[in-house]
Amino acid sequence: MVLLILVFAPFLAALLPFLAAQRGRTWIALAAAVAPLAGLGLLLSQTSQVLAGEVISVKYAWITQLGLNLSFRLDGLSFLFSLLILGIGLLVILYARYYLSEQERVARFFSSLLLFMGSMLGLVLAGNLLLMLMFWELTSLSSFLLIGFWSQQTAARQGARMALAVTGGGGLALLAGILVIGHVVGSYELTEVLAAGDLLRAHSLYPVALVLVLLGVFTKSAQFPFHFWLPHAMSAPTPVSAYLHSATMVKAGVFLLARLYPLLSGTDWWFYLVTFTGLTTLLIGAVTALFQHDLKGLLAYSTISHLGLITLLFGLDSDFAPVAAIFHIINHATFKASLFMAAGIIDHETGSRDMRRINGLWKYMPHTAVLAMVASSAMAGVPLLNGFLSKEMFFSETLHQHLLGSFSWLLPTMATIAGMFSVAYSLRFIHDVFFNGVPINLPKFPPHEPPRYMKIPVEILVFCCLLVGVLPAWTISSLLAVAAEASLGHALPEYDLAIWHGFNMPLLMSFLALIGGVLIYAQRAPLFRWYEGLPDINARNVFEGSVRFLYGWVSRGLARIENGSLQRYISLLLIAVIVMLTVWLAPLSQVTGEIALTPVDPLTALGLLVMVCSALLTMAFHRQRLTALLMLSVVGLVVAMVFARFSAPDLALTQLVVEVVTILLMLLVAYFLPAQAPRESSSLLHLRDYSIAAGCAILMAVLTFAVLTRPYQSIADFFLANSLTGGGGTNVVNVILVDFRGFDTLGEISVLAITSIATVALLQGLQLPRARVDNQGRAWSTEDYPMMLGVLARLILPLALLVSAFMFLRGHNEPGGGFIAGLITAVALILLQVAYGQRWVQTRMGVQFPVLAAAGVLIAAATGLASLLLGYPFLTSAFAHIDLPLIGEIEVASAMLFDLGVYLTVVGGTLLILSGLGRIGHTVKLPEDA
Amino acid sequence: MELLVAIAIGVLTFSGVYLILRARTFSVALGLTLFSYAVNLFLFSMGRLHTGKPAVLSDATSYTDPVPQALVLTAIVIGFAMTAFVLILSLRAHTELGSDHVDGVEKPKLEPKQRKVKGQSNQSKRKRFGATR
Amino acid sequence: MNHLLLVPVLLPLICGALLMMASRSPLGLVRSLSTLSVLLLLACAIYLLPLANTGQIQVYALGNWSAPFGIVLVLDRLSALMLMVTALLAIFVTLYALRGDDQRGGYFHALLQFQLAGINGAFLTGDLFNLFVFFEILLIASYALLLHGLGPARIRAALHYVILNLIGSGLFLIAAGLFYGVAGTLNMVDLARFVAQAEGDQLLLLEAAGALLLLVFGLKAAFLPLHFWLPRAYASATAPVAALFAIMTKVGLYSILRFSTLVFGEQAGAASSLGSGVLWVLALLTMALAALGAFAANSLASLLAYLVLVSVGTLLAGIAVGSAEAISATLYYLIHSTWVIAGLFLLADIIAKQRGEFGSSFKVGPRLLNPHLLGGCFFLAAIAVAGLPPFSGFFGKVLLLQAVPAHAAWQLWPVVLVSGLVGVIGLSRAGSLLFWRHHNPSSPVPALDKTAFSIAALLLLSSPLLVVFAQPVISYSEAAAAQILDVQSYLQAMQLEEEL
Repeated sequence: MVLLILVFAPFLAALLPFLAAQRGRTWIALAAAVAPLAGLGLLLSQTSQVLAGEVISVKYAWITQLGLNLSFRLDGLSFLFSLLILGIGLLVILYARYYLSEQERVARFFSSLLLFMGSMLGLVLAGNLLLMLMFWELTSLSSFLLIGFWSQQTAARQGARMALAVTGGGGLALLAGILVIGHVVGSYELTEVLAAGDLLRAHSLYPVALVLVLLGVFTKSAQFPFHFWLPHAMSAPTPVSAYLHSATMVKAGVFLLARLYPLLSGTDWWFYLVTFTGLTTLLIGAVTALFQHDLKGLLAYSTISHLGLITLLFGLDSDFAPVAAIFHIINHATFKASLFMAAGIIDHETGSRDMRRINGLWKYMPHTAVLAMVASSAMAGVPLLNGFLSKEMFFSETLHQHLLGSFSWLLPTMATIAGMFSVAYSLRFIHDVFFNGVPINLPKFPPHEPPRYMKIPVEILVFCCLLVGVLPAWTISSLLAVAAEASLGHALPEYDLAIWHGFNMPLLMSFLALIGGVLIYAQRAPLFRWYEGLPDINARNVFEGSVRFLYGWVSRGLARIENGSLQRYISLLLIAVIVMLTVWLAPLSQVTGEIALTPVDPLTALGLLVMVCSALLTMAFHRQRLTALLMLSVVGLVVAMVFARFSAPDLALTQLVVEVVTILLMLLVAYFLPAQAPRESSSLLHLRDYSIAAGCAILMAVLTFAVLTRPYQSIADFFLANSLTGGGGTNVVNVILVDFRGFDTLGEISVLAITSIATVALLQGLQLPRARVDNQGRAWSTEDYPMMLGVLARLILPLALLVSAFMFLRGHNEPGGGFIAGLITAVALILLQVAYGQRWVQTRMGVQFPVLAAAGVLIAAATGLASLLLGYPFLTSAFAHIDLPLIGEIEVASAMLFDLGVYLTVVGGTLLILSGLGRIGHTVKLPEDA
Repeated sequence: MELLVAIAIGVLTFSGVYLILRARTFSVALGLTLFSYAVNLFLFSMGRLHTGKPAVLSDATSYTDPVPQALVLTAIVIGFAMTAFVLILSLRAHTELGSDHVDGVEKPKLEPKQRKVKGQSNQSKRKRFGATR
Repeated sequence: MNHLLLVPVLLPLICGALLMMASRSPLGLVRSLSTLSVLLLLACAIYLLPLANTGQIQVYALGNWSAPFGIVLVLDRLSALMLMVTALLAIFVTLYALRGDDQRGGYFHALLQFQLAGINGAFLTGDLFNLFVFFEILLIASYALLLHGLGPARIRAALHYVILNLIGSGLFLIAAGLFYGVAGTLNMVDLARFVAQAEGDQLLLLEAAGALLLLVFGLKAAFLPLHFWLPRAYASATAPVAALFAIMTKVGLYSILRFSTLVFGEQAGAASSLGSGVLWVLALLTMALAALGAFAANSLASLLAYLVLVSVGTLLAGIAVGSAEAISATLYYLIHSTWVIAGLFLLADIIAKQRGEFGSSFKVGPRLLNPHLLGGCFFLAAIAVAGLPPFSGFFGKVLLLQAVPAHAAWQLWPVVLVSGLVGVIGLSRAGSLLFWRHHNPSSPVPALDKTAFSIAALLLLSSPLLVVFAQPVISYSEAAAAQILDVQSYLQAMQLEEEL
């Protein structure tokens, strides 16, 4: 329970600053401090158990399928880290209160800080790897907000994005690593995972898991070659740097090393990867730091090098190394935090961070100077300060590893060199800033001491440095011991945190480092010149540049693929079809099935020939649109005949009427479109199109033939058997439509209705100039409603209506039905429309077309629903036979009402579609007409 | 007979697909119509080819398979609706975009020959056709 | 037979027809009718979900003609889930449209209702040809909705979308015809039964038909190389329409899942898991290409469109794996991606409105009126859609990554993780440009529409909720996966098993 509060309190408290937003910085800061203070209290209340080596843990099942539980554990290691996070967090809050100005969005700053704090606490307290990963990513996300806090600065924006990209990306690698571990171990629970070290190390996937996890670690802890994001995160406000880059964010990586030490360590893989990455980072960081002119830049690179040192220690193969590492984590956190704060104060008071301009501040701010000097001496590893102790341990550890065999001298030497440089840059931080002449045109002059309370955090931290440095055994040893034990997973070897171990190798190395450092700093002038000579690589520009390059490259590449050409997209679709079908049909043993072919009769053959030829002609003449249209109509007619020929009278009729309406529609549209299409595809494209068309054609033919010549058992017999008894009709096709598969028909008429309103919506506000002359230059008839046509139409209408009534009534037993009837009516009415105009028809019909269409759908649906009242499912039909003169015996079936719906929809829909087009032509008034 | 029908369907598909791959909306509409004819015939023929035995119950002994016919009927109607929509859409596109190209833009071609063609197309846009009085 | 199975289809269909009639009647009436309808849809979905969760497959024989002769509606856990996802989405889309977008063209609400009828029908029907009919309904409605508001960009996009899908419909008919011509039946379960005992050339023809269907569904689901219509269409559509379309690709994916588990499921022997190899490769390619597209997007709208494609690839991968765990993970991710992306489309619209003529394009524009509110909301939504913790996207991804077998993991993990990272980079670019860079002063734009914003925010709230209630949701999706993999239960539900 304690742990849950500890972790989630900061998240909840992130709202408090906003509540206090109106009442000024002090109140906001206080509001922000509530959660950390409470947390610190809770944490300290657990001290006794933790120091006694107990592990306090809670576990709530969350998503069992994932193996993800809300489980937290507080042991020495997590206790130590929580202490750092909360303690330094509080100091940072106090510091930031004075650092930020009234104008800035202070509330937002503090709440982001709290979010980050919560994420860090979750990360170190998590007892489940997946859970830990979630907090890991959360730290990346919340640090994105903190680094980008001064979002008006390009540097801040880009720095934030770079940090997010690198650490977030590393997080994804870590996720993969954790999933692998979970796959091997079978659980993500820390207790079980840590116990399974031998199992994992023996497993073939161990290297994979290790590399992936280390990717996460190295990106987060800014290890070479991923170190480049950290210096650019310095564009954050200094309190953020003081927090993220001393105690928290960058320490998350090394924390993970400590946490998973029992699981992953103890193999050559581990040794070489971790040690050498650490070593490289240590050196690069130390050397580069010396040459930074920006105060924070120097601190950033020194942070990198110290992280390298810690990583290196974790890599070494002795039980004692991790102890040294953890000790250095503590020490680095204290002195680096204070140094960042000092740098912030200087920046704050002088308005600059450029060490070439900041000089001789000693006489302006002696108090700050003293603090800074103590802290940086600790960084340099001067005796009687905490830095010295962990440095000593580090040196002795480098001497105690043997895996490198005859190259074992390598580590100590490198370590000493790095030590020299760290002394050098620490020295520079002191000398170049506080002495070394007088300030050079500072933005704010003269600088003076900051507000009293701004220095308190620094003082506290520096005091810690001294205390630990002088009395390690009394202050830190017990905590360090439990932390190290928790990390190692077993009892510690004998060691003592004395300042004096007598004259020995490590002491000599420290001594060398100090002397060398002083010498290097003394010789800085030529060194700087040499450094200036080096090509100046700004990681941010490199990163942004590569992103921009990639952006251009990708968008060009995509533009190539998605070139916005429908012709290409269609051909891709069809090629996919051809490939798929060919692949699956290839093994077909034979195309011809076992059924004997039916004899060819010349008439049908001729019909098919006509159809084929006119299809080809349509294709050939597609540029002369009128001609093409005529050809097309021929095809349509023959198709209708084919239906009739192969005993499908209903289809024939339907096809016939649809054909008429379609052609009519096409004529109307063609009237407004260019008469000819240009010839624009290259020969190559033609080749492509011909081959695609041929491919599809062959496949269609093969499929048709293959199926036609094979026997099949179908559900048709059921319909033939039940059509009369169950559906009350002898025209089985119609019965299927209105009864067996009435649901399809309901959908079908809905489609028609939707289309009609869709076209209305589409034609909204569309006005087209009606051509005054045709392409031969002959003037069009200006007569709106030709009289002859009118007379004709009036004669035809009643006839048509009669026919359609007939068709409708016999539909259930003979070829016909609501759809055909509807179309006939529609055609007649359209004729009338052409003659008298749409409004004329509309008014005389006395009903809006949309209403008509909708009514059809509703009637059909209602008919279906009626059967529910009788306790039958939707669309169940009922019927009774009655005898009528002329038409003969018909039956009144619910199906007939349904068919009425079809009829109305067809009439309404078709008229709506066509009249819409008709209207365009009529509504326009050309200027010449006026 | 089956063979002839198969070939006929094939040819319809051929001309349909070729037209669908053209660059002008109206040609595409023509192509889609031809393609739908082919598809309808195909769907219809899935009930096999029967001569002179319509699915209207009488004292006949055997009937054709009515199911594909019903399906084709539905398909024809839906096809009609879709054709109508695409036609009107092409009309709207032509007026809105000033081009009847399927991509809604006149593609500038590199070779001079093509450019001449393009000029032609612009010119042809002004032409209209229709019956004389 | 439970008549409430009809509601998800009939209710919006009838409402659509009524709204067609009411086109001239007062706006208030139209809007309230439409709203009422979607609310009832949700109520129905809420009723059907537990009904399906009993594990008993509900079958509704229309016209009292039992399978395989009549058309049947089938409600199982999967379809109930899809209905739920759709219904909830529909409510937010409708409410958002009420903020004015529904007035930018005619018949918006009628078309919306018809669209819903089509989608729900596709989820419920157990008949192949009936599925075709519902596809046509939802397509014709979507054509019109995509064009809602007109304008050159939409018309260009619509031309491609419509023509490609018309070809798709043709192919669907061919496939359906093939199935009937060989198997002599159209009921999906009956087809499954037939495929199970077919062999030789018969089986080959059926598989060819199946492969063709795969492509038809692929065109709707928009995976490589059939995805080209999507980015333009989604980026140009009106906000509520784009949000609604978040479910459209899922209809295609649903159909693929349905067919690959039912008709070509385990019992199909040689033909089982038809084309999953191809789908697997295509899924990975889609993911990769879409991630690049998102990275190179030049406007927020198109960035989102490509994120839709990423989710399509991810889901398809899960379907291609086809194991119970993978399918369950897929379903969880499906819910997440549908709602979150829809919400983001709405949010993007609100942001675009505040940028005046700059819209959602990635150009340095004026300062937003409410940078902190919108920025914060976008930040969280971006985390969710990028699949970072602590939101639902992360869990969906992890579930899927865990679900794939080792040999597949080598291919899937890098693609998913790297495309995730690329997505993060793209989104952070977008965010820092839209909210951090601006040239003052802000141009005069209408004040924030608080209602619209809260609608979008509420929809996005689904992501954290999916995390809090992850346990029950995942158990449901597991049950659903197990159910669709058990073809026998479907045969029994339709009393066809004795013939197997």
